Amino acid sequence: MNILDYTAVELSDRIKKGEIKVAEAVEAVFARIDEQEETLNCYITLEKEKALARAGEVQKQIDEGTLTGPLAGVPFAIKDNLCTEGIRTTCASKILSNFVPAYSAEAVANLERAGAVIIGKTNMDEFAMGSTTETSYFGDTRNPKDTEHVPGGSSGGSAAAVAAGECFAALGSDTGGSIRQPASHCGVVGMKPTYGTVSRYGLVAYASSLDQIGPLTKDVTDCAAVLEAIASHDAKDSTSMMREDTDFTLALVKDVKGMRIGIPKDYFTEGLDSEVKEAVLAAAKVLEAQGAVLEEFDLSLVEYAIPAYYTIAMAEASSNLERFDGVKYGYRTEDAKDLHAMYKKSRSEGFGAEVKRRIMLGSFVLSSGYYDAYYLKALKAKALIKKAFDHAFAKYDLILGPVAPTTAPKLGESLSDPLKMYLSDIYTIAVNLAGLPAISVPCGEDKKGLPIGLQLIGDCFAEKKLIQAAYTYEQCKEGN
Amino acid sequence: MANIIDDATIDYVGILAKLALSDEEKEQAKKDMGRMLDYIDKLGELDTEGVEPMTHLFPVQNVFREDVVTNGDDRDSMLKNAPGEKNGMFVVPKTIG
Repeated sequence: MNILDYTAVELSDRIKKGEIKVAEAVEAVFARIDEQEETLNCYITLEKEKALARAGEVQKQIDEGTLTGPLAGVPFAIKDNLCTEGIRTTCASKILSNFVPAYSAEAVANLERAGAVIIGKTNMDEFAMGSTTETSYFGDTRNPKDTEHVPGGSSGGSAAAVAAGECFAALGSDTGGSIRQPASHCGVVGMKPTYGTVSRYGLVAYASSLDQIGPLTKDVTDCAAVLEAIASHDAKDSTSMMREDTDFTLALVKDVKGMRIGIPKDYFTEGLDSEVKEAVLAAAKVLEAQGAVLEEFDLSLVEYAIPAYYTIAMAEASSNLERFDGVKYGYRTEDAKDLHAMYKKSRSEGFGAEVKRRIMLGSFVLSSGYYDAYYLKALKAKALIKKAFDHAFAKYDLILGPVAPTTAPKLGESLSDPLKMYLSDIYTIAVNLAGLPAISVPCGEDKKGLPIGLQLIGDCFAEKKLIQAAYTYEQCKEGN
Repeated sequence: MANIIDDATIDYVGILAKLALSDEEKEQAKKDMGRMLDYIDKLGELDTEGVEPMTHLFPVQNVFREDVVTNGDDRDSMLKNAPGEKNGMFVVPKTIG
């Protein structure tokens, strides 16, 4: 068996048994990268020497018996908006193209404490603003399943790297679907945890009230193991939650008997591709056959989630991205006569079109005279959307639906019409507004061979139910 | 009703966002913003009478910590990323004419 065919947990198991060396796993990943990276462009920065040096240290700790966890020795990819000490962190933007952080994000540090070996930083939409990984300053990433198609986004590099065997697992971030949608498009598992479960310390902020870090993995078992490793209460993130139920791998149980699963009728209407619809409903049948109780219901307010989301996200982005001014780090324009011109020119030359679009709209909706009409109105809509989910979770353990309306679009099809691209986030975005956990699990392919994802959504802090249902589906689906 | 963004609004947004836009970018931005606002106006259909705006999902308030320094002196490593640096300080273009 090829080393790259193992899941992260299987690999670590073999490393701990002494059958595989950590350095061999790292070399195997880099051999695959050498073969494919020119075409796929999953990574912005690769750190082979550092990874091999780190592999030696991790190997030593495993041999000594001080590192025993389920991810010890596993080569990981990290989305390039998570700070990594001593490794360039660009957010796929020209404005951070030379930025080398002096510290690591808490989620990355947690992963390293679990024995992970970081091999590089993955491509993404600039500042996570996009759904295709095409807004990157460092070029687009190709979908490993079909290189004429996008991998999704914004964590497209992470999803593609996992799907292509260019790492064993990866971290991404999800503000409106940026983990789940690329996972769906590339045929891997991706999870957005409950808001506050993973510390955002060291995550370059896009929309702070919606951003959450999560895993992209080969299967549900890896997903649970990675989430367990990165979840922690962190005093450095004031929105971090104190949770005691982060032993997520305990939920890897094949049993959904009596689980109540709601299927929102409003997620299966016009705009949903018929092949996606069929695959998702077939997946629901698999869970039903295992004893889950399915029921259709009206979630309501679905069409208001996107306008509310973009108002809030762009407002927060305009504020969060004010820090990029060419003074303390990042790109500074060559010729500016005074300080104010330097700010403006550095930002105008450093940000790409989509980022500028969002900063401008965000500045507008927060400006005097428009704040109440747009920003406050969106926060009220968010309260109503949260209430609609509360109402649903009074009746159901989980909600089941598609991740995206279609499979991965072709390269170059999405950017010409930003509004159309925003609309493709319809099934993922409300989850972020309500702070809920949700997982994307592969559930088939369309006729072109492009992967389709099943989305399971849980109530706040119900990750274990999600993992249990996703694991049961994975174990029982056709071909398994 | 369609939102029409005029030149004065785009110039004002440029000041707020600290962006210097070319004429071409301004024209594009006028169109994009108008179209997005038309879309966002959909929220106006929602009856939000008496609804409190939701800023935080969970009732976590007043997250305090002791005011103690826990990190070391990172001056030099922080300055490594500076576009301009001199004598342990950031250098910027002149601020007074």
